[in-house]
Amino acid sequence: MLIKQAPDIASSEITPESVYRQRRQFIKALLAGGALMAARPALALDRYSLGRDEKRYPGPGWLQSQLRAAKVGAPIAGESLTPYGHVIGHNNFYEFGLGKEDPKAKAQGLNTDPWKVEISGEVAKPGTYTLEDLLKPHALEERVYRLRCVEAWSMVIPWIGFSLADLIKRFEPTGNAKYVEFTTLHDPSQMPGQRSFFSTLDWPYVEGLRMDEAMHPLTILAVGVYGDALPPQNGAPLRLVVPWKYGFKSIKSIVRIRFTEQMPEVTWNQTAPREYGFYANVNPEVDHPRWSQATERRLPSSLFSPNIIDTRKFNGYADQVAHLYSGMDLRKWF
Amino acid sequence: MVLSIAEIHRSKGGRRAFWWLLFLLPLLPLVWIVHKAVSQDLGADPAQTIVTFLGLWTLRYLLITLSVTPCRRLFGWLWMQRYRRMYGLYTLFYASLHLLAFATFILGWRPELIARELSERPYIIVGFIAWSGLVALGITSTRGWVKRLGRHWQQLHYLVYPISILAMIHFAWLIRAGYGQVMFYALILLVLLGYRVGYRVKRRQRVLQQH
Repeated sequence: MLIKQAPDIASSEITPESVYRQRRQFIKALLAGGALMAARPALALDRYSLGRDEKRYPGPGWLQSQLRAAKVGAPIAGESLTPYGHVIGHNNFYEFGLGKEDPKAKAQGLNTDPWKVEISGEVAKPGTYTLEDLLKPHALEERVYRLRCVEAWSMVIPWIGFSLADLIKRFEPTGNAKYVEFTTLHDPSQMPGQRSFFSTLDWPYVEGLRMDEAMHPLTILAVGVYGDALPPQNGAPLRLVVPWKYGFKSIKSIVRIRFTEQMPEVTWNQTAPREYGFYANVNPEVDHPRWSQATERRLPSSLFSPNIIDTRKFNGYADQVAHLYSGMDLRKWF
Repeated sequence: MVLSIAEIHRSKGGRRAFWWLLFLLPLLPLVWIVHKAVSQDLGADPAQTIVTFLGLWTLRYLLITLSVTPCRRLFGWLWMQRYRRMYGLYTLFYASLHLLAFATFILGWRPELIARELSERPYIIVGFIAWSGLVALGITSTRGWVKRLGRHWQQLHYLVYPISILAMIHFAWLIRAGYGQVMFYALILLVLLGYRVGYRVKRRQRVLQQH
């Protein structure tokens, strides 16, 4: 049974385990590094590098200096990070199977370097770019975001990425560009889920955003998580993160970014239009036809203290994004 | 020398041993999941894992129960009849645990959530109706109720067929994508129910020919 009671100690006051475990190493490093250490800015990579038994994903060599230079993101007050093992071990990535543990089990062979991304559609500078070239001008930074899955579970994840708006500006979309469409890799030889006979999804997976959503400062393209590069199961080497929308909008392993005048035909909406809208904003007032969106299980949620919390409108980012939808009936445009 | 199951049932000791074996075997999934839960080895979302697991085993025991009559008739495994009620009750047992886990770990026993799930969510409603049917069959499964209901007992227990169809709908309805697993179990159910339809049609033909 869930008994709601005010905790004696605010969770914001509790030192995260990762920090707690780091203290000795931190003191050692401080003594050894001395002044050198003090002169460097806080780095995302160093923060999580200790006290982890799970597999780590360093990423390609060319990414290292950018990853290492990523600035640490501000934590979300009162909300602790979902442990690394859960973030990389509990995924929906149907290209690698339907189970939550399938992506981790089956995605390890995904070839994520070299990687190419096509920029096309209503844009002044179309072309196909290597990921290295695509990332080069961008300084990476860490963003700690809530991730709310449409299945009513959620996590808090420290992504490393850069503003999608900055990337869009570089390629100079034309006046006709009203939407941005993203496409995931389609390669059945590497993605067993795309070979499945019983899948109801059409491949490749496609997602999209309205231009103002894509240009919003909260919207990022991520290349890393927890101080390292993205693991394949989390959408390596390049994924979208839109924190105020259900997780399926944050498309993984992107190979194409296309600017369009028409609203893109996105995969889940095509599969079940009654259940998944184009917008897919997190909204506790609009239920999924088959289940409630009023609450969520914040992971890790142990059986003996189920962490069931109220879902917040726009996943708690209403102050920043609600104006994008002013005047819109969010029941109609779910 | 290998003893057949029918031979084992000829001696009282054999019957008793076999009863205990078939009684304890269905508890293994429960022991397994409790062990995993206690050792915190159910992944990031243990609530969902445990509810899905118990639901799947409910369906399996339902299909096992439904396969008793066809196996008896087709293969002459008369001994199976002795365990039909036990497996029917195990179906109810796992269905109840499944429902209890859902109310506890997913809904946290919040009254407003429970009210909404039971009034607005079609697949929950269908599942709940199926469970209520199982409760009715479970209660009336005793010798006393068999005697009391007489020939109505059989009629009442034909309810297991609509219950099994509701259970399958409940299962299929909550799938987001990928119907492989549902197809597998639906096919088994189709064979088990289809066999009964075929059996009845044949029997009716025989009766008609005799007149």
